[in-house]
Amino acid sequence: MDALLQVENLKTSFVTDDGEITAVDGINFSVGRGKTLCIVGESGCGKSVTALSLMRLIPGANGRIHDTSKIILDGTDLLSLTVDQMRAQRGSSIGMIFQEPMTALNPVFTVGEQIAEVFRIHKKMGRSQANEAALGMLKKVRIPAPEQRFDEYPHQLSGGMKQRILIAMALACEPKLLIADEPSTALDVTVQAQILRLMKNLQESMNTSIVFITHDLGVVAEIADDVIVMYAGRIVEQGSVFEIFDRPSHPYTKGLLHSIPSLTSVPKKPLNTIQGMVPSLANLPSGCRFHERCPWAKEICKQKAPQLEPVSGSHLSACHFTKEVSGP
Amino acid sequence: MNQPLLTLDKVSKHFPITGGVMRRRIGEVQAVTDVSLQLAAGETLGIVGESGCGKSTLGRTICRLYEPSSGSITFDGMLFSSLNKEQTTSIHRNLQMIFQDPYASLNPRMPVLEILGEPFALHNIGTAKDRKDQVAELLKLVGMRPESMFRFPHEFSGGQRQRIGIARAIALKPKLVVCDEAVSALDVSIQSQVLNLLVELQKQLNLTYVFISHDLAVIRYIADRIAVMYLGNVVEIADRDSLYRNPMHPYSRALLSSLPVPDPRRRHGRETLEGDVPSPANPPSGCRFHTRCKFAKDICKSKTPALAPMSGTNQMVACHFAGTI
Repeated sequence: MDALLQVENLKTSFVTDDGEITAVDGINFSVGRGKTLCIVGESGCGKSVTALSLMRLIPGANGRIHDTSKIILDGTDLLSLTVDQMRAQRGSSIGMIFQEPMTALNPVFTVGEQIAEVFRIHKKMGRSQANEAALGMLKKVRIPAPEQRFDEYPHQLSGGMKQRILIAMALACEPKLLIADEPSTALDVTVQAQILRLMKNLQESMNTSIVFITHDLGVVAEIADDVIVMYAGRIVEQGSVFEIFDRPSHPYTKGLLHSIPSLTSVPKKPLNTIQGMVPSLANLPSGCRFHERCPWAKEICKQKAPQLEPVSGSHLSACHFTKEVSGP
Repeated sequence: MNQPLLTLDKVSKHFPITGGVMRRRIGEVQAVTDVSLQLAAGETLGIVGESGCGKSTLGRTICRLYEPSSGSITFDGMLFSSLNKEQTTSIHRNLQMIFQDPYASLNPRMPVLEILGEPFALHNIGTAKDRKDQVAELLKLVGMRPESMFRFPHEFSGGQRQRIGIARAIALKPKLVVCDEAVSALDVSIQSQVLNLLVELQKQLNLTYVFISHDLAVIRYIADRIAVMYLGNVVEIADRDSLYRNPMHPYSRALLSSLPVPDPRRRHGRETLEGDVPSPANPPSGCRFHTRCKFAKDICKSKTPALAPMSGTNQMVACHFAGTI
């Protein structure tokens, strides 16, 4: 596979009152050109920190990405760039969309100005040319009445519209990589369906790679090519979307898939649950980080942390009992 | 259906919009308009719809947190608009609510013992001495350790707080519990724990639920009958299986179709809606859905369709062309 993004041994830590905690602990993955990688997991598993690390937006005051980590985008190691070089990459070769469209937009500028700014900074366009280009982006993300919306402020738009504006900003320079952190979570289902379809269409026309972060397995099934499942800062399972859904091989993935009520589950029949809750990063269990909640756990799980091992082909799982979990 | 526990008759709730120096009324937000429905004891009614459709306002109106602008609500044979003191107390005991945000709905300055002891104290059930036993019993019922009663809300996780919220709601063995997005703020693995608990408690205590959610899969799991709301109106009411097998209102169909299914082989054939929900301060004329409906004809712009039973089914649908589309 010709990978656009190659992440090697990414490790991100924060200094807190409880000492240094490692939110992302040595993860490896790659994203192919024009492909969508979904990162799934519950709150606190490190998925947002992974996204911020890719953008190098970890606050320097108390956070750091370890020196042994590598984030290679199209041949360039982003972690070796100077601050100015990195700033030039953001918005031009990497775009990002956030969960909360209201807080990600500046309330005192019109949405048109905010999109035009991207063109003025990265493409060095003049004001009128940038405005023209921004209007084109509004049309591309299918905002109704774009000429009128151009001069409106963020508070005048609905949540779905604001998310379209963010997508327009993120894709203005046709970046090679788009990072989307729960972009559809705050939206209603009908609007979510519109936004997902829009992202998919734009991805096809621009051949953009997408790293899509979500906790919603329905959304994963809808858009992903490849999937990473994270738990307590580590990858517990990775593979293609079909491998993950057809043959979940880590107890956590299996638990997640079986605990959501779906349109085919039997009403009111007790749902499978994952006992307990996500451990605190300051106080992680020994051995396999999932062992306290795992129905398959044995003695070895308390002592030895399992490594990611192949289940079949590109499908990897980090469990001492992968074979028993995945079945024949 | 024998004697319904709860009856809503043409209930509307409109909020005034005021403006100018004199705070004159310059318009109104029509949050809920002309909702009629009945609920039998032991049943779970799901209310589903997108943000701004009025489902939370309806839930709060049922709980008497809002007074309806028009229409009447009867609970357990008592008419809300003409209650004597004794009936008011009875309604306070028998009508409870579980809120969405487990962080905002518990008083941070009270230990769990006080939060859960308050309902008993207010209704003079048992003496102060019994309180600890009562609270311990409740905590066990919702799957928490009795020792938790000495701790404060901030010491618990979101899922545990939601259990405390549930314990508070069921403390006095109410007849009806309104759950307003009770599991929406929780992580997937915790959500299933809380859903299991709600189903289990319903069996044990013979509770009736009004379950409000935007999540169609959760609604399908827990509800017996479902009301679909759009912009303040109920557009369809049906039992669970009929609604999911054969949604008859174009909005119900679009809503069900836009739900992402956790199966990568079923990606195609989505029916997506265009546009956004119009503002409830200025709803479209006629059928409120006509601006987004692909079947809309002239009549939809001028005449509001009534919620009518469909022959041969037990579905009620508010659409001029129900059954033909």
